[in-house]
Amino acid sequence: MKRSTLVLLKTLVWLACLWPLARLVWGAATNNLGPDPTAEITFTTGLATLRLLTISLAITPVRRLLPQLSWLIRFRRLLGLFAFFYATLHLLTWIALYTAFDINAMTADVVKRRFITMGMVAWLLLLPLAATSTNWAIRKLGGKRWNRLHKLAYLAAVCGVVHYWWQVKPGVLTPVTITIVLAILLLARPVLALAQRRKVTAAA
Amino acid sequence: MLIGKPPGIPASAITPREQYMNRRRFLRTAISGAAATGAVAFGAERIAEVLSPSAGVLAGTKLQTVKSPLTTTGEQLTSYKDVTTYNNFYEFGVQKYQPAMNAGGLPTRPWTVRVEGLVKKPKTFDIDTLLKMHALEDRVYRHRCVEAWSMVVPWVGYSLSEFIRQCEPLSNARYVQFLSYYDKHVEKWSSESTIFWPYSEGLRMDEAMNPLTLLTFGLYGEVLPNQNGAPVRIVVPWKYGFKSAKSIVAVRFLDKQPHTTWNDMAPNEYGFYSNVNPNVDHPRWSQKTERRIGLPFYAQLRTTLMFNGYGDQVASLYNSMDLKKYY
Repeated sequence: MKRSTLVLLKTLVWLACLWPLARLVWGAATNNLGPDPTAEITFTTGLATLRLLTISLAITPVRRLLPQLSWLIRFRRLLGLFAFFYATLHLLTWIALYTAFDINAMTADVVKRRFITMGMVAWLLLLPLAATSTNWAIRKLGGKRWNRLHKLAYLAAVCGVVHYWWQVKPGVLTPVTITIVLAILLLARPVLALAQRRKVTAAA
Repeated sequence: MLIGKPPGIPASAITPREQYMNRRRFLRTAISGAAATGAVAFGAERIAEVLSPSAGVLAGTKLQTVKSPLTTTGEQLTSYKDVTTYNNFYEFGVQKYQPAMNAGGLPTRPWTVRVEGLVKKPKTFDIDTLLKMHALEDRVYRHRCVEAWSMVVPWVGYSLSEFIRQCEPLSNARYVQFLSYYDKHVEKWSSESTIFWPYSEGLRMDEAMNPLTLLTFGLYGEVLPNQNGAPVRIVVPWKYGFKSAKSIVAVRFLDKQPHTTWNDMAPNEYGFYSNVNPNVDHPRWSQKTERRIGLPFYAQLRTTLMFNGYGDQVASLYNSMDLKKYY
């Protein structure tokens, strides 16, 4: 890929990733975040996290299926870090706007409420991934170990979706789309691996 | 070629709401008046009815009201816009903005309310009869949703007890159940959730007879918009919002606690009583605080009051009860 194309694509991805934040900032500045701004901020940052995480997880299976798109790997770190960025904003929203920095309220929430526990677990799973996202960390850990560690992204996404289901009212089905997409991505790995093995066996 | 945004509508060109409504009303009166005078020989009333089917009951129509000592004072009202565009009315969609978009098809006229069960004689009341049964009062109430948000709404109605007296319940009636309108063709969004319809809610008889419990026909001095539960709903200000059933078509008097929608869906989350109680958490969030609708994000959070601040009037209803058990 030409350098100029890459720069252009990276710029576009940055803009797309910053879009939800820009909307929130603009909305807050113009007092235009709807009737319940706190809920709007929470929902926007949470959904952005799940979407970005899901897109970053889709890159590997897409590359396997369509080798001509293998350059997509250059965007995975960016997407993953933005997912972590929104997850952190989501966490800060809860700390500032729901508990008003009250340690007791936070502890009670994490201990008593499984959806908050699960959200916390998801964020904690993303934390080491963000921390080891530099080239230096990859070299230090070695490719194999780094890869194994970063499989946690799948677990974090599952925790994130469970967190979403546990948050909505029973009977409400809004998390169903992201759940289906994630389920397909989780299934794609073993299915593609199996297909690969068959091909290798057939060739031998 | 002209490229660019078309000029926006200048503020000076926007008709104020009052004037707009007046013009509508003038047209309605003028049309039905003309039809009535010009077409006496052709069954004028029918024509007037066709031309202006719901004159007098359209959302936005002013209601004659009187002051009430039961109104809540000292609170900033939530704006008309927020009260009428941020709704939980799952028959018209599960998102808060959906009822305002989708409830237009709710046929609020003609409308009747069936009274059944343990009553001297089953009856059916027409909405017009209900509107005239008692003077309509302006009552500002705090409205606390189980989802931990709250509003302050100026409702219009009269105490449900006035209506219940007209129903002549038998002495063994201990509970009253409210059933909401349900038609899956009108409310096709009702399949977005796995709820069993029609929506059902209920109160113990002494709760229903408490003067705070409001049979509600309007808000902000006007007929209820459809998304707020037109043409008639219940408002129980010391309970979580879902207890205040919308668009009532039947009232049943029973000797046993009725099945109610959210209690059936998730009994551990939504008790039959569901009194606003900061000391009993919802399993999924704390009920100690709430977010006031319509304020900037940094100013929304406030402390939730026991019985939503109506303890003086209602605490005695629960004297002998463990409210942690009967949440």
